[in-house]
Amino acid sequence: MTTSEAPTDNGVNVQALLDARTALVDSPEGAQFTWRASNEWVKGTHSQSAINNFFGLGGEQSHRSSWSFDADHPEIFASEDNGVTPVEFVLVGLASCLTAGVAAVAQNRGIQLNSVKATIEGDMDILGILGGDPEVRNGFNGIRVHYDIDADATPEEIEALVAQSQKRSAVFDVVTNPTSVTVEVN
Amino acid sequence: MRTATVVVGAGHAGLAVSHFLSQRSIDHVVVERGEVANTWRTQRWDALRLLTPNWLSGLPGFAYDGDDPDGFMTMSEVIELIGRYASAVDAPVRTRTTVTDVRNVEDGYRVTTDQGTWEAPTVMLASGGFNLPHVPDIAADVPASVEVISPLDYRRPDQLPMGGVLVVGASATGIQLADEIHRSGRPVTLSVGEHVRLPRVYRGRDVMWWMTMAGVLNERYDEIDDLVRGRNIPSPQLVGTPDRATLDLNALTAQGVALVGRIGAIRDGVALFSGSLRNVCALADLKLGRLLDRFDEWAPAGGVDGEFDPPHRLEPTRVDDEPRLSLDLLSGEISTIVWATGFRPDYSWLQVPVLDRKGYLRHEGGVVTGAPGMYAIGLNLLRRRKSSFIHGAEDDARELTDHLAAYLDASPR
Repeated sequence: MTTSEAPTDNGVNVQALLDARTALVDSPEGAQFTWRASNEWVKGTHSQSAINNFFGLGGEQSHRSSWSFDADHPEIFASEDNGVTPVEFVLVGLASCLTAGVAAVAQNRGIQLNSVKATIEGDMDILGILGGDPEVRNGFNGIRVHYDIDADATPEEIEALVAQSQKRSAVFDVVTNPTSVTVEVN
Repeated sequence: MRTATVVVGAGHAGLAVSHFLSQRSIDHVVVERGEVANTWRTQRWDALRLLTPNWLSGLPGFAYDGDDPDGFMTMSEVIELIGRYASAVDAPVRTRTTVTDVRNVEDGYRVTTDQGTWEAPTVMLASGGFNLPHVPDIAADVPASVEVISPLDYRRPDQLPMGGVLVVGASATGIQLADEIHRSGRPVTLSVGEHVRLPRVYRGRDVMWWMTMAGVLNERYDEIDDLVRGRNIPSPQLVGTPDRATLDLNALTAQGVALVGRIGAIRDGVALFSGSLRNVCALADLKLGRLLDRFDEWAPAGGVDGEFDPPHRLEPTRVDDEPRLSLDLLSGEISTIVWATGFRPDYSWLQVPVLDRKGYLRHEGGVVTGAPGMYAIGLNLLRRRKSSFIHGAEDDARELTDHLAAYLDASPR
């Protein structure tokens, strides 16, 4: 644990999160959020997604500004590589969710973080998406995340941060558990 | 009929309350839908024994006096203990009296039963927290060819058809049933979510001894950081057997039980399991490590050198590199699913608006919120971590009876 007198500051307002939890348990309708993205085809496998608004706390909310993301496939897929592949976005989502969780949990436990670095890998047999082998799934066979964390804490405390972060992670849940998906057209 | 207190339920907790009410000469009745210790008689599997050793399984004014303090009571011994207790404290029990309705009246509550009606300024709900199986919604998607059973109906392995069994849940119930069903020749797959790992014996002493001595079981509801989480922690992976064996996930996998993650969905007859198995095992291993650290920190202050075996740590939970993520329930591999996914209280007869949106009682340490004179006992972490254990009834019953007596004194008669 920290030996200095300085209060832990990982830049996470834990009190706001705890207050929100207390408030939302009493008015659970405010806890119902809807996250949104829009996506538009550009050309070939290139598409552009935009994110701006979401719904939560009983009303429409917006990000500080709009965000845009290009997705494509690399040249070895005979594409133009105008952006990262969609599955790489999934890796980005998982890693950034877990890292945010590490920071929040560390703040809550009074652990000062000095650096947090993650690498994430997903293994895929592309015979699945190519339809080359019906036994092979389309998605990842497995995902590995490796964290290098420098913090004022014992190795066990750091391990517990990473474990707790997985337990409370939305993207970890989305990736590890089935989710119903409805796709409609027009 | 009029009385000062109606106690609903003649289990160990209701009888402990009766003991303290009688000590204060508070007129009361204990209404019980079946016989004394009804749940222990009718809703427990044959091989079950208490998780707490005999020396710890006492009731107020009624310490264990047998010759096997380190043993674990069988169900017939528990029923006998509670029956003897009811006689010893001379509890005014009305057996075969089922409560059908409890509602507010002007000066308290009206308790309607199939054997008459009582009115009283105070009511003690001692009907238990484990009345109904808590089964996830996805249970509705189990194919008709697969048998399903809850622990409340399960008695012994030969009740189940031969063939594979999917046990869902890795609490005390889930691991005990997985163990005995697998030993019966029905290969078990165990679906594991968040769980609590404990060794039966640590450094030569029962883990319940450590939990008691190091103060864990006495932690109060108002001292705990996250009470929502605390009240929802699954029961620990423990079994009470004469050989004091540890029954954890490693013991089960050594026997051939297959571990899979938490069940997430059943889609087109295929059960889908979470990929979080490794993390829930890591969480339980880490939590166990912190608990053993706490025991070790307490031990030097509490004992002389050589009193305990040296500290040690358990092997981490072994998880396959690639645990199964799905199981085809239509393939014939699984004949039965056991939903060991917890229990919930049944308050269908309670017409006083004291339940939250999920059907659980709102209360502050057993003092029911928004219903003066109404109390509850025997629920998870009601006032202390030990509240749901037999020996946990004493402190809770004493304190709640104190509160109840003060309430009666302050009320106009």
